[in-house]
Amino acid sequence: MNSALLLTAPVAAPLAVAGAYALTRVRRERRLPSMVPTTRRLEPTGEAPVLLAEAPPPPPTPRRHLTEWAGLLSPAVILTCGSLLAVSVTADGPQRAYAGLLRADALTAWMLLVVGAVALIACGSTPAYLAGERAAGRAGDQAVWRYHVLVQAFLAAMCLAVVTANLGVLWVAVEATTIVTAFLVGHRHTRTSVEAAWKYVVICSAGIALAFLGTVLIYYAARQAGITEAWALDWPTLVAHAGRLDPAVTRLGIALVVLGFGAKAGLIPLHAWLPDAHSQAPAPVSALMSGVLLSVAFAAILRYRVIADAALGAGFTRVLLAGIALLTLALAAGLLLVQRDYKRMLAYSSMEHMSLITLGAAIGSPLALSAALLHIAGHGLAKSVAFCASGRVLQLTGTAKIGRVRGLLARAPALAGMFGFAVVALMAFPPFSLFASELGLARAGFLAGTGLAWATAAALLLVLVAFAALAVRTARMLLGPAPAPPTGPEPAAVWPLALGLAACAALGVTLGPLTDLLHTAAQAIGGH
Amino acid sequence: MSGGLYTQLLDLACGAFLLAAVIVLWRRELAAIVRVFALQGVALAAIAMLLGLHEERWDLIAVGLGVGVLRAGVLPYLMRRALAALAADRGSEEVRETQPLVNVAASLLTAALLTLLAYAVAQPLTALDPTPATRALPVGLAVVLIGFFVLVTRRRALAQVVGFLLLDNGITATAFLATSGVPLIVELGVSFDVLLAVLVLQILTTRMREAFGTTDIDDLRELHD
Repeated sequence: MNSALLLTAPVAAPLAVAGAYALTRVRRERRLPSMVPTTRRLEPTGEAPVLLAEAPPPPPTPRRHLTEWAGLLSPAVILTCGSLLAVSVTADGPQRAYAGLLRADALTAWMLLVVGAVALIACGSTPAYLAGERAAGRAGDQAVWRYHVLVQAFLAAMCLAVVTANLGVLWVAVEATTIVTAFLVGHRHTRTSVEAAWKYVVICSAGIALAFLGTVLIYYAARQAGITEAWALDWPTLVAHAGRLDPAVTRLGIALVVLGFGAKAGLIPLHAWLPDAHSQAPAPVSALMSGVLLSVAFAAILRYRVIADAALGAGFTRVLLAGIALLTLALAAGLLLVQRDYKRMLAYSSMEHMSLITLGAAIGSPLALSAALLHIAGHGLAKSVAFCASGRVLQLTGTAKIGRVRGLLARAPALAGMFGFAVVALMAFPPFSLFASELGLARAGFLAGTGLAWATAAALLLVLVAFAALAVRTARMLLGPAPAPPTGPEPAAVWPLALGLAACAALGVTLGPLTDLLHTAAQAIGGH
Repeated sequence: MSGGLYTQLLDLACGAFLLAAVIVLWRRELAAIVRVFALQGVALAAIAMLLGLHEERWDLIAVGLGVGVLRAGVLPYLMRRALAALAADRGSEEVRETQPLVNVAASLLTAALLTLLAYAVAQPLTALDPTPATRALPVGLAVVLIGFFVLVTRRRALAQVVGFLLLDNGITATAFLATSGVPLIVELGVSFDVLLAVLVLQILTTRMREAFGTTDIDDLRELHD
């Protein structure tokens, strides 16, 4: 099949859907001009029902159903293109299009599959989430419309970051994810929401600016090594000629790139935006940010690591990444112990898992890299289920405090079950795939020499701390008698969550047809 | 253009570029800070156009013009508009930096230290290819560091935006001085991203004023562990 089409579609499809949403809005505004402003700024306070009474929302029509489920189109396209690319790259090697601007290797296909799967979970639980928000009077037509457009643009930016081979375009795409998600994080006009959005944009933009400085320095080194302007930011070219790059300039550039993309991946020292943004964003957006945005940014670090290892030897990135991984893990485990908010708890658990993936990249053996990539997939699936479920819990109980949620299992068994299983998966119990990947990481770490073995041992100890914190807090939320008798029917739409958990468990039992892809991907990023 | 004149003009533009960053640290009126930032944009455009003239590359001159329009025209205009909205709404106390975390004398001293640090860090970069342009590279890095310093120590939302833009100007200058600019498609994407980021921050500033009644970053303390 045409590789240009396969490489373009994951970016173009979400953009087209976003455009379609934007156009339907324009048309509806023309038909119903009076509907727009009245439902606009609804704060989640007591006055909301009064405001809402002025403009009763129209009853759900088939048309609204259609627009709400249209969001599933792009995950489907991304998954399809990811699978087709997976087949062709394992058989024929990397595919290129548009003079090398877009390129797919096994890592691209793997990341596209993860993005598609997590987007399927997030977009699948979006209609139920939005229905809950509408019922609570927190979301008007305009908010829903903006939500759809921005989420689709977010998916397009992430796919562009994954499919491009040009390191400059990669940077532009990652920065674009910050811009389109800013108003999703700050989707309400409350103080907490504005604060989270401000911190998110300032810290991520400044952090990612460092990565651009690093990119510029690598470009400088490449130009001085005699690579022409058109190819000096092309990843395969840089990998092939990495031996000719000036070591001092490359070292400075790589350090800046790791710090900069590390900011977006939730790693120390520029991690402070992560818990705020993840706790304030709408639940499906938190799922996307935690499940794939962090690992898309980390995939950029994986790409640069190949260049650095060829130019400087493995020692430099190993020390840098292992140090960052252990510090992040220590911070996340410490803050998990004192956490009182369950969405922030999940956010710190994301930092914990990202630091494990970073440790895998630091070890750098084929086993460790395969385990890190599997961990990216497992964490993406489990964490997106956990965040989507936590959004429904928040709508059901009205509080994000762990201490005020009791007896969830008795109150809403299906939802609580999904949340519980997702947390169990995040604690790396078998059969979920995080068990297999953490086991692989530990084995690779202990085989890799004294220094890394000690780092792995320390990491395992910290993971145990995080495990205990997650277990105690989740048990407190789930168990116990229900505070109130169940009111009304159980919230529907648990199928995307069940699907995600099933996929996570299936990956843990057997990789099946993905085995080749995973090993090729680990090879592509330096696990020879 | 003769070699000597080119070097002198380039050094002049780089000196103005660095001086503008230092003056931003010195002034406390936000309106004055925005004016100085616009002048820095002019200096940045001059650097790019001088390089273009020297290498006789017309595309680089065009990129320099575009950079000048964006950084000396559009971005300062956006910030002035935000500032005018603030002044109309809240009066004079919103358009001045509040008592900064670090006083002016200490800020200027820090700027000097950061410039020295930039020179130390940039040594391997200059050594790789010593030309008049790469000898001026430390100026770009110094502005990056000063931008970070402004971002960390200033407390008004708009002053933080200026810090972010100083950081970005510094990186763009580094790119021009080291490699005569990144490829056009990347430069376009970066400029577009910066423009959108400033628009987003401007809207968030408005919302911050609605929600908190002020644009003092110190009041953002609802979220913590």
